[in-house]
Amino acid sequence: MMVSTHAAPPRRWRGEGVRALLWLSPWIIGVAVFFVYPLLSTVYFSFHRYDLFTLEFIGLDNYRYAFSDVRVLQSALNTLWLVVFMVPAQVLFALGVAQLLAKVKSGGGLLRTIFYLPSLVPTVAGTVAFVYLLNPATGPVNQVLAWFGITGPDWFGSAAWAKPSLTLLALWGAGNLIMIFLAALLDVPRHLYEAAEIDGAGAWRQFRSITLPMISPVLMFSAVTGVIYAVQYFTQAMIASRVASGATDSAGSTFTPGYPDGSLLTLPQHLFHTGFRDWSMGLACVHALLLFAVAMAFTLILLRQFSKAEVAS
Amino acid sequence: MRRRRGLMWVARHALAIALALMFLAPVAFVALTALMTDEQALTSRLWPERWNWANFADVFARSELLTWTVNTFVYASLATLFMLVSSIPAAYALARFRFRGRKTAFLVVIATMMLPPQVVAVPIYLVWARLDLTDSLWPLILPMLFGDAFSIFLLRQFLITIPRDYTDAAKVDGCSDVQILFSVILPMARPAIAAVALFSFFYCWNDYYGPLLYAGVDQEGWTLSLGLATFKAFHSVQWNLTMAATLLVTAPVIIVFLFAQRVFIEGVTLTGVKG
Repeated sequence: MMVSTHAAPPRRWRGEGVRALLWLSPWIIGVAVFFVYPLLSTVYFSFHRYDLFTLEFIGLDNYRYAFSDVRVLQSALNTLWLVVFMVPAQVLFALGVAQLLAKVKSGGGLLRTIFYLPSLVPTVAGTVAFVYLLNPATGPVNQVLAWFGITGPDWFGSAAWAKPSLTLLALWGAGNLIMIFLAALLDVPRHLYEAAEIDGAGAWRQFRSITLPMISPVLMFSAVTGVIYAVQYFTQAMIASRVASGATDSAGSTFTPGYPDGSLLTLPQHLFHTGFRDWSMGLACVHALLLFAVAMAFTLILLRQFSKAEVAS
Repeated sequence: MRRRRGLMWVARHALAIALALMFLAPVAFVALTALMTDEQALTSRLWPERWNWANFADVFARSELLTWTVNTFVYASLATLFMLVSSIPAAYALARFRFRGRKTAFLVVIATMMLPPQVVAVPIYLVWARLDLTDSLWPLILPMLFGDAFSIFLLRQFLITIPRDYTDAAKVDGCSDVQILFSVILPMARPAIAAVALFSFFYCWNDYYGPLLYAGVDQEGWTLSLGLATFKAFHSVQWNLTMAATLLVTAPVIIVFLFAQRVFIEGVTLTGVKG
């Protein structure tokens, strides 16, 4: 942004292309080996039956099977649930807390640390802890609810509450997002609010007409990255399923992914089990392409935002 | 008007404190459970009858926690080192050189950043299997020698904010690209590099998906994430031990944070606001 765009490069810039290519070469090799090649092979394998030992061309059979597999539909719906409910909940919650922190002056540093710390807790540790906290028999949450005469739900044990339970975990770990929003809110020029106050604008009006437009790039960025994160959602769902069901996941165990009742089976998890537990690599590649299509749709939205804001520099 | 302001002040602080307590509660409950005896952890009492500090020692005795910690540390530090060696040059090229295709290159960086790793998992796994490197963490470490999209993106965002005059002046003095990188860019980019390195280290420290694919069935080769995920299955009813293990896995992260607080917060705001 601070760099001006030159129409014709001056003489001393000649040869910059070659030098840039040299600097970029490790990354270019990386893109070819870990991005382009595997993406093409995924398409190739999707037409084959492959179990690590024999490779057999079977045409569209994998596709036919995948689209008649109820678990594909179920996992796609679960992923959609995360996008539609978990991501907005997290963004709105983080924005609310950030707004509160921006106004609370005394003890602000300590409060910020308290809200940020949970986002540092290792994902597996946080998930294991939440399965325990929400355990209906011995977990503390339902006991505390009982003090107020509330009968807590079965949380990770019931299909209806499993995803909301993970959403609670997502809210608890929203510290990153809170800090991003807080920084954006504190960047809004104070005089805009002072002027609005003189004009007699109320708090809600100020929020809608000043805050929201000023932070909209950050809001957009977090919404779309949140969606992409939700599309990849794996660890929390997998750990919650396993710990809540008491199963191990050593290769060859009888663990049914997505406990309870497939409610926590996400697309990446279904892919993982198909490919790396059942060793149906070809079918897993169809799942991968499906995931790719979903991710791509959202990525395009993000790219459009970026090409507007950033690439121009 | 003034009275309403005062009420708002009280309401805001009360809400903030209540929320903060709710954020702390999970940690408090986990810590209390980690200190209960085996028998008590099966009951629904919240406060430990007897402070059973031996639980922490038990976790070490009954699991490979130390081995897992060493493995995780090796994975995270090697991967971070490799990431820096490969990503700084790429970010430098994208931010400082003018060449045809740099916009495309930047778009490819973003695209690879957004692609769920699972999409390309099968073919990459097959390659490592053919090289006989599965059952180790090398498939997670070696690719870092070829750049990491997220780090390249963040570093590039930072490097474009360094005024061009600095590098132009060095160029007039006859500095080569390498000299400019080391004497001008790197010293100025130190906060961004620190943030990116911390992010990478913590990503690896927390990574579960990667080790799940590659670390194998032998516990000796596991990372903390893998070990903790399976801990409960091996000590099925002992929530107290599981919670003690959870705290032990979390503690190093929190300690590092308290030392490097500023770098974390700077890194986070860099991620969002510059976007």
